[in-house]
Amino acid sequence: MVKPTMVTNDIRTLRFTHGEMTQAELADRVGMTRQTIIAIEQGRYSPSLEVAFQIARVFGVPLDEVFQYPDADAAPQGKAGK
Amino acid sequence: MASEERNAWQFGILAIVAYTVYVAVILGRAAGAPLVEVEFAWPMIWTILGSIAASIVIAILLGTLFPRTVQKPDVRDKQIGRFGDHVGQGFVIAGALAAMLMAIADWDRFWIANVIYLGFVLSAVLSSVAKIVAYRKGFQPW
Repeated sequence: MVKPTMVTNDIRTLRFTHGEMTQAELADRVGMTRQTIIAIEQGRYSPSLEVAFQIARVFGVPLDEVFQYPDADAAPQGKAGK
Repeated sequence: MASEERNAWQFGILAIVAYTVYVAVILGRAAGAPLVEVEFAWPMIWTILGSIAASIVIAILLGTLFPRTVQKPDVRDKQIGRFGDHVGQGFVIAGALAAMLMAIADWDRFWIANVIYLGFVLSAVLSSVAKIVAYRKGFQPW
């Protein structure tokens, strides 16, 4: 029913490399709920470009270090988070 | 569970409970007699008002007892809310269309009122199910 996203992300890894930031803390910083951060991490929700940039800014990294999109000829991945 | 997901559960369950009570009252009053002879207006009004009142009371109670679980909706909540409402909207239109055709065909007001009520209930239930599935299974806003 729900089309899986091809977008993967490294939010979980980045949280741990940034002082073990909690999902709640990241949620507060970008103005989302913790449930939404969980959904993004698990690939159950694709955030808007604006929110994606906000998340990248929290970690101080470029957008493509947070979110990745596979090449057209690559096989779709089963889950979004790495 | 997101507070908006909890609201979706609450909305759907209340719609089912209220309609079940209504149907039970109407069938009980009919007691085998033709349904069009049953006085349906007050049971319908009371179950609709009752479900609205129960919804408000439950929201106040949950907010008072578990204030930390009440969250301000974010953009995902709003998108899922719009998606659920869009899914449920079809039944409101279907109910209204059916009622219009029944009125043109001079059906009894019992059936006209009831098809509209059924449309509202199905809309509420389907809308809630769509929101819950979106929260549980995932939602992509494209």
